[in-house]
Amino acid sequence: MRREPARGLLQHLPVIFPGLMLTVFFIVPFGTMVMVSFFRRQPGGFYVPDFVLANYARFLTPFFGNVLAFSLYLAVAVAVVSLVIAVPFTYLIARAPRQTQVIWLVALLSILSLSEVIIGFAWSTLLSRTAGITNLLVWLGLMGAPQALVPGFSAVLTGMVYQAMPYAVLVLYPSMVRLDPTLTEAARTLGASPLKAFFTVVLPALRTTLIATLIMAFIFALGSYLLPQILGRPSHWTLSVLITDQALYQSNMPFAAAMAVFLVLVSLALVTLTMFAGKKLEA
Amino acid sequence: MNDVDLEVPNGRFVCLLGPSGCGKTTLLRMIAGLDLPTTGTISIDGEDITRLPTHKRNLGMVFQSLALFPHLTVGGNIAYALRIRGLSREEQASRVEELLTLVHLPGYGDRPVSKLSGGQRQRVAIARALAVSPRLFLLDEPLSALDAKLREAMQVELRQLQQQLGITTIVVTHDQREAMTMADTVIVMQSGEIRQAASPVEIYRKPTDAFVADFIGSTNLIDIGRDGDRAVLLGRPSAVVMPYGVSKATLSVRPEDVELTAPSPDLPEATITFVRDLGGAIEFFLDAGGTQVVAVTSPRARPQVTVGDRVGLRLDPARSVVLTR
Amino acid sequence: MDRLFSRLYLALVGIFLAAPIVVVTGVSFNEKQNLAFPPQGFSLHWFAEIFVNPEWFRALIASVLLAVTSAALAVVIALPLAWFLWRRIAPWAQVFQLLGVAPFTLPPVITALGFLTFWATSGFYGQAWTAVIAHAIFFVTLPLVTLTLGFSSIDRSLTEAAATMGADDRTVFRTVVLPLILPYVVSGYAFAFVLSLNEYIVAYMTIGFVRETLPIKVFNALRYGYTPTMAAVSVLFVAVTAAVFGLIARFGDLPRLMGALSSKD
Repeated sequence: MRREPARGLLQHLPVIFPGLMLTVFFIVPFGTMVMVSFFRRQPGGFYVPDFVLANYARFLTPFFGNVLAFSLYLAVAVAVVSLVIAVPFTYLIARAPRQTQVIWLVALLSILSLSEVIIGFAWSTLLSRTAGITNLLVWLGLMGAPQALVPGFSAVLTGMVYQAMPYAVLVLYPSMVRLDPTLTEAARTLGASPLKAFFTVVLPALRTTLIATLIMAFIFALGSYLLPQILGRPSHWTLSVLITDQALYQSNMPFAAAMAVFLVLVSLALVTLTMFAGKKLEA
Repeated sequence: MNDVDLEVPNGRFVCLLGPSGCGKTTLLRMIAGLDLPTTGTISIDGEDITRLPTHKRNLGMVFQSLALFPHLTVGGNIAYALRIRGLSREEQASRVEELLTLVHLPGYGDRPVSKLSGGQRQRVAIARALAVSPRLFLLDEPLSALDAKLREAMQVELRQLQQQLGITTIVVTHDQREAMTMADTVIVMQSGEIRQAASPVEIYRKPTDAFVADFIGSTNLIDIGRDGDRAVLLGRPSAVVMPYGVSKATLSVRPEDVELTAPSPDLPEATITFVRDLGGAIEFFLDAGGTQVVAVTSPRARPQVTVGDRVGLRLDPARSVVLTR
Repeated sequence: MDRLFSRLYLALVGIFLAAPIVVVTGVSFNEKQNLAFPPQGFSLHWFAEIFVNPEWFRALIASVLLAVTSAALAVVIALPLAWFLWRRIAPWAQVFQLLGVAPFTLPPVITALGFLTFWATSGFYGQAWTAVIAHAIFFVTLPLVTLTLGFSSIDRSLTEAAATMGADDRTVFRTVVLPLILPYVVSGYAFAFVLSLNEYIVAYMTIGFVRETLPIKVFNALRYGYTPTMAAVSVLFVAVTAAVFGLIARFGDLPRLMGALSSKD
């Protein structure tokens, strides 16, 4: 069937409904949010249409600065740890038989799709005093008495890596699978050990993908909302938590919207950077 | 594609032959209505179909990829055209069996197409295209996916099928042996133009230009010069007749028409550079003062020469063609 | 040695991935209302609780209804768009594809807040159907990507072959395109269904104050202390999620789907 430009209303019909839905329910809500970010907050609860920059000015307060710095720090830590675990893992499963690959993919997809609530609950149970891993250590005689590992920074980090690692694997997977296996074989015949071949051939060949994965995992971690609340203390709250808190509990929609706009800009800048880096490395 | 003027008589088997990118597939797709010509017309039986959509043209077409529907069985594929025309299940079933018998696959109707061999898939694609007795049977590189032996057998089979049904058939191919085997008329194309349209024997014996001569079979293309009234070939006067008023031309002579003899002052001379013994034929590669010439003999007529020998070349003017383009 | 090392590494990652699920599963079988592991006694009481306790059951029904309808809407939005992009030359329509992928790539809190302001401004805040639309838009990426992949895997000569045999555009769609795209419709739907079932923040920001889905219910319950019912719900979710992906893997080409899903940049 020849592909040709659509002519007349009838041939455009299929695109009208999706286009309308995406415009009305994505563009418009997004625009509303941007608009609200410039509105003035009414101390009674709501907001009034206006054009003020006060909401953005609040970014300059130390409180916001701390939350932002912690969010970025946490996201970087999660992205790096996830990548370090995911790269060898993906490399190994990509070379496994197809049936084994499928089993791992099902497991990873299941964990990735699992509600943050469930993951948070599961880890808080695993790290708890009554049912947690410390009981195992006590049983093995490595510890005197069971203790709670939640809430705490390492609990937040562990939970978020648990969530982001499968994501990183799935971003890496296509490139790893497509990587020509004769590349490493060639390196082996030239005298490289398997480990050396991995570091000198596989990783350099995938550097674009690795950078892209790091950034995607970073954005993914930036969006984490429940885990810092379930596994951490208020000092571990991220920008996403703060946005929800301001919107729902402090009834400060304009400030929440301003922060969300800021988050979008950071994410978009990073996505653009990823593509740019990819192009530059390929060139 | 420019300035193509082509007429296919009813009931004939025509091959569009040319290197890839010569426009032969585009021409076939235009006949099928899958591509549209920017200018010009296409008609069948005098009816202008240039703007008629594909599905109203009543064609049978076999695609290069075969395009068998993976979600249907062999029978479902063959019955497709019948089903969408609203024929009853009984009519479909009997016609499918008839076609399966025609292509020597009786009883295969319920098999999934994925379980068939390459040759069987080929036959199913042919049966499917013939299901509604189309007025034109089009095939785009239909045998290219098959291995050499099977391809040759299918060429013969396809030709016999076409003669049995008497259906007007146009095949696109890049394989000159395939074209020679099957066609009544071979149409050689290059860069979107028709270079020659003639019977296989005529195309082989009387190519109109160097491209056709070289593309059909293999040939020696040797420059002819002029010395006064006489033609000069490889540094020796020759009996070849140059057309009047032409100062430069090319002689096309097939390898089997180059005879190796003892050196003689009347004949062009050459040195043997390589001998290829293919069992059924022997090829001699010769260097005639910088021009490479190939000669082929049968084992029985093999001259007793080896690499490095000087030989004379006898080029039969009656079996060679002077090309002026 | 080499082999041993890679097996050991895979096993360690496997344990890391399985550990929380194993513990939660164990906890869900506790006889008494405590979170002991290994479980003390064995009881399926906490699983029954999901269906017997009206609060948990209502949340379950709300979640399933939301997932069933929003995934259907997502497919209804994605299918004509993906078909149009495959069938027609329309570079301008790529914008909609980009829009379809955007909500899934950005941090979810953004989509959630966008919908909160939108429904609050338009006065529909709290209506059940607002969450259906929100989830459909949020997860439209998944059917859109699987369907785009599905269409690209259909050999165009199949549709040409159908046309030469007398099929018009509509017949080609009904007899050739639809049967071939159907597996991708199913996997796109399944992806959207599972993710909608598990989604918290968009649902919470659109309807969270008025009604509870299961993830919302679990989170709310977390504040008042832990019960084994939460563990039972978690096990249920893990089971359903793994079952759906297992089915996709069984009837579709999961490695190929993943190849397409992940390279959305």
